[in-house]
Amino acid sequence: MVRLTVNGKVHDLDVPDEMPLLWAIRDVIGLTGTKFGCGIAACGACTVHLDGAAVRTCVLPVKSAVGHQITTIEGLAPLDKPHPIQVAWVAENVPQCGYCQSGQIMAASALIARKPHPTDADIDVAMTNICRCGCYPRIKSAIKSAAASIA
Amino acid sequence: MTTALERKDFLRIVALGGVGLSLGLEFAPATAAAAPAADFSPLVWVKMHPSGSTTIVVNASEMGQGVATSLPMMLADELDIPMSSVSFEFSPTSVPYYNLVMKGIETDGSRTTPTMGPAMRKAGATARAMIVAAAAKTWNVDPATCVTSNGIVTGPTGQRAPYTDFFAVAATLPVPTDPVLKTFDQFKIMGRRHARLDAGAKSTGRATYGMDVVVPGMKYAAVAKGRQIGATVASYDATAALKVPGVRKVVQVPQGVAVVADNTWAAFQGRKALTITWNDGPNAKVSTAQIYATAHQLATTPGLVQRQQGDVDAALAAGKPIVATYESPYLAHATMEPLNATADVRADHVTIWTGTQNQTLAQKLASNITGIPIANIDLHTVFLGGGFGRRGNPDFVVDAVAVSKATGMPIKVVWAREDDITNDRFRSGSVHALAGTVSPDGKIVALRHTMVSESHVHIEQPFLMTKAGLDPFAGHGSTDHPYQVANQLMSWHELSAYQTLPVGYWRAPYVNINAFATESFVDELAHAAGQDPVAFRLANMSSDTRAYNVLRRVADQSKWSASAPAGRARGVAVGTDAGGWIATVAEVSMPNGQLKVHRVWNSVDVGQPINLDGLEQQIESANLFGLSAALIGKITFENGAPVQTNFDSYHVLKMLDTPEIFVDVVDSHESSNGAGEIATGFIMAAVTNAIFALTGKRIRTLPISDALA
Repeated sequence: MVRLTVNGKVHDLDVPDEMPLLWAIRDVIGLTGTKFGCGIAACGACTVHLDGAAVRTCVLPVKSAVGHQITTIEGLAPLDKPHPIQVAWVAENVPQCGYCQSGQIMAASALIARKPHPTDADIDVAMTNICRCGCYPRIKSAIKSAAASIA
Repeated sequence: MTTALERKDFLRIVALGGVGLSLGLEFAPATAAAAPAADFSPLVWVKMHPSGSTTIVVNASEMGQGVATSLPMMLADELDIPMSSVSFEFSPTSVPYYNLVMKGIETDGSRTTPTMGPAMRKAGATARAMIVAAAAKTWNVDPATCVTSNGIVTGPTGQRAPYTDFFAVAATLPVPTDPVLKTFDQFKIMGRRHARLDAGAKSTGRATYGMDVVVPGMKYAAVAKGRQIGATVASYDATAALKVPGVRKVVQVPQGVAVVADNTWAAFQGRKALTITWNDGPNAKVSTAQIYATAHQLATTPGLVQRQQGDVDAALAAGKPIVATYESPYLAHATMEPLNATADVRADHVTIWTGTQNQTLAQKLASNITGIPIANIDLHTVFLGGGFGRRGNPDFVVDAVAVSKATGMPIKVVWAREDDITNDRFRSGSVHALAGTVSPDGKIVALRHTMVSESHVHIEQPFLMTKAGLDPFAGHGSTDHPYQVANQLMSWHELSAYQTLPVGYWRAPYVNINAFATESFVDELAHAAGQDPVAFRLANMSSDTRAYNVLRRVADQSKWSASAPAGRARGVAVGTDAGGWIATVAEVSMPNGQLKVHRVWNSVDVGQPINLDGLEQQIESANLFGLSAALIGKITFENGAPVQTNFDSYHVLKMLDTPEIFVDVVDSHESSNGAGEIATGFIMAAVTNAIFALTGKRIRTLPISDALA
């Protein structure tokens, strides 16, 4: 039995210790906003926050997440009080197919929590999630406008 | 590119996450409840609710291209309702919802806007005419004296009431067959910027993709297929796989060996534990080196004629021809959502939940496998995590149907990323032999382009091939060049020896290989003539063409005539795709030999823009899709198996290498074309032409990273 705290809620799961956190979140807990993209931590679609830091969950064994606060896209902000990153995402029409956006938003929100005024270079370094639709220019712009909106 | 969207709009758009949620409710296999009686729904495309909101039904797949916003915009404009009252839902896959041009439901070829746009406008105008007629009848006035705006009808003597007041009367009236459409000056929604109706759902994790579908009793499956394309199972041992916790069953299906489990991870682990012996298939000896050796040999002689004018051989012999050979690699699609589908095969009924670009074909294939008639195959469309042509081949649906049939369980088949890349329907590689001459005054006198590529049309739609064996689409990006050339021959060889390699549609098919070769070679002709690449192209076009217009505009936008910033140079390309025209300028530098693409300018004419912001988004998107391929995209084969398997070996563009992109849209009144593909192919040549301008090095083989290595 593995005890996880996801979006403030405790879950006791009967899963192998080595099951990646991604599949525990998606298939066992049933929160499907966090996506599967590559299984080798190369694309970032599976990004969540572990104690506020962005982590890629497709290679992270559930046992490593025990005792940490896990936040998924569903727990980032209430729908009636969206995170500034989410507001900027809609305002700038960032998503296209949208499949990578949960991961992009979790990476971006962790970035501005850590670095409230990221430069273009900071964003280039921090935002290594893959988007095949090519939303990158709008992601960059939305991160900057979200950061400005908080200031 | 910013849409000035207020916070209240965000909340409304977030609420439209209900799109995903309402789809979620449909996942229960029970039949949907009947629509409330008070809805006004004169045609299948529009459901007007007593609350004043309107649901618009979209019969195309939303894979990022924005069609679930643009089609509703067209209907809402004619219906004269505000977009703030509009939401959308995906249509069922059944005859009343068919795209009449495609004779089914499919989303490809940038064809949704031209084929469904007129139907959506007509549906909006029809509903509006009926509401006006109902208001006129109620008020006992002439309908011609009534006007509408924002969901309200106003009569000749100050009568004023919302549409909802007239639903009951309107529902009793005949449906007009020829409603009056708005004229260009009357549009209130089309041609403006609108937030995507799916942006909220997709920014909160609430949009439902095939990967997210859960149905009662469902199990998860992974299907082991041979690494060598076309290999078949000789024998397998499932002993170890069945010991993996969570694995329930192992079954052989025509495609390979399926591991059925309680969750995706267990299915993946079980598959790794399988021991399978494979029989070689027809590709056992296929390698990239062999494919290209054959292709280069074919390119030495003319192929089947795609376009011919004048006497190109005589013209070439009379001048001093420039000759060059170009080459493009095989490519994978690598949509962010790996392929997947969920199927529930019962004795006399099949239910499928998936994101596909060809729902009708998926139904047919499911019917072939199960023997169940199409009328008893329900296919529920969800969001697609990218398409780019890949999801037009529903082989992943075939997997789910086959495994569900074999197990008697509802099954979600998930392809791991390695399955997704190694079982892709690849963009064919190609070889292009070009020859041309230019007159002393800078006119192209002769142009010969011999193309060699596989034909996905031959594989996937063989009925479109001519009796002579010509794929009539295979010359796109070459035969449709914008130049006036007296002597030209565009011909094509099919790489038919390799038809067992599964090639498929890939964003801007054929244009994405032929435009690179064509527009690079035209650049070579310009430089050989000692002319500026933009001036040379303009001088070889008719000045009344859309090509001329977009090229002139992009030259203005990029300040082409001024020098590039120090250390940088620019390249240009121009051409057509899917009925539209585009010109692209790229600006590059190479500090320490490292290529950097700084800025990209596009001028695009795709007819009347629908969602201006969505159009700009698609140009940015296709630019980056094409740039990714041009810079670093490559699939190679050894012993019939793709060498690249995941994002650590199949490289794609990231934020760091993304240029600044500018989009200039021609405010056209021509009929609207689709715009999801047009910007893919031309950026490739714009970048390599810029590299030539900077360094004098002509890159004739993609990807650029290999050429510069």
